[in-house]
Amino acid sequence: MKEDAPVISKQPVGPATVWSLTLGFVLAVGLTLAAYFVVVDHWLYGVWVVVAIVALAVAQLLVQLIFFLHLGREGKPRWNLAAFFFMLIFLFIIIAGSLWIMYNLNYNMIQMSPQQMDSYMKQQSNAGF
Amino acid sequence: MSKTDSIAVEHLDAVETARHGTTALGFWIYLMTDCILFASLFATFAVLRGATYGGPSGKELFGMPFVLTETLILLTSSFVCGLVLLGAKYNRTKLVILGLIITFLLGAAFLTLELTEFTHLVQDGHSWRASAFLSAFFTLVGTHGAHISMGLIWIIVMIGQILKKGLVKGTIRRLTLFSLFWHFLDIVWIFIFTVVYLMGVL
Repeated sequence: MKEDAPVISKQPVGPATVWSLTLGFVLAVGLTLAAYFVVVDHWLYGVWVVVAIVALAVAQLLVQLIFFLHLGREGKPRWNLAAFFFMLIFLFIIIAGSLWIMYNLNYNMIQMSPQQMDSYMKQQSNAGF
Repeated sequence: MSKTDSIAVEHLDAVETARHGTTALGFWIYLMTDCILFASLFATFAVLRGATYGGPSGKELFGMPFVLTETLILLTSSFVCGLVLLGAKYNRTKLVILGLIITFLLGAAFLTLELTEFTHLVQDGHSWRASAFLSAFFTLVGTHGAHISMGLIWIIVMIGQILKKGLVKGTIRRLTLFSLFWHFLDIVWIFIFTVVYLMGVL
């Protein structure tokens, strides 16, 4: 088997240290506990709970990407980072697209009784759809 | 790999090279496609989370202190795995083996807790057949669990290889790829923790 070609980039990277790993770990545990207590101990109410725990999850994503996976520390060209952003675009399309389409389907279909659906369809065809 | 080669390995260099070599890039791209697999399972779950077919929702089913324990165990496992790679950098074979064993035990503890949760759900009649919500739940969380199981097998194989060959280029590269895999699974779990469990009990 061929050994790794020297590397794609030979620029020095910031090495991980015990301290950077420990800092990442402490931050991750803190963010996990914060999200947990926001929900379980009702620190917030209504839509703010969802906003807070999503924000905390994204913050933890960044912490782990930086301190554990060292994303962005490679030299140019940054293929790892490019692949990551490419994946994010797909992720967004799949999740947001599914929720959007399925919400509309739900809205148009499930809440209606068969009679309502019938009159809705007639109305639509009269309107020229 | 030849013997002279293995003796001449500069460990510091080997770790950096492994992380930024073509093999690691290929593995990273695999992880990104795995993210897309999980994204579709998350999307499915998000769409079906209300479809309980008259059965209980997450609020009645999930035990939160239990899930927090799982999360913290996996997080610690991920941290120890980072330390293992650092140990490999400074050629501390015994520390690396010890770290791998701890990583394995924490991973196994996590998997045991997850299977306990699954068993309880199924025994109480809330299996994947009960509703669309539970199907989506078992598929998403179970796929993560399957990844963890593969990781545990990977650790055992690596412990054997390192005992036999020592910390040479090949084993260091595998260690590096494993750490990427393990941290990645931890990140996926954070989103399962948030989307499935925390949002489930709101």
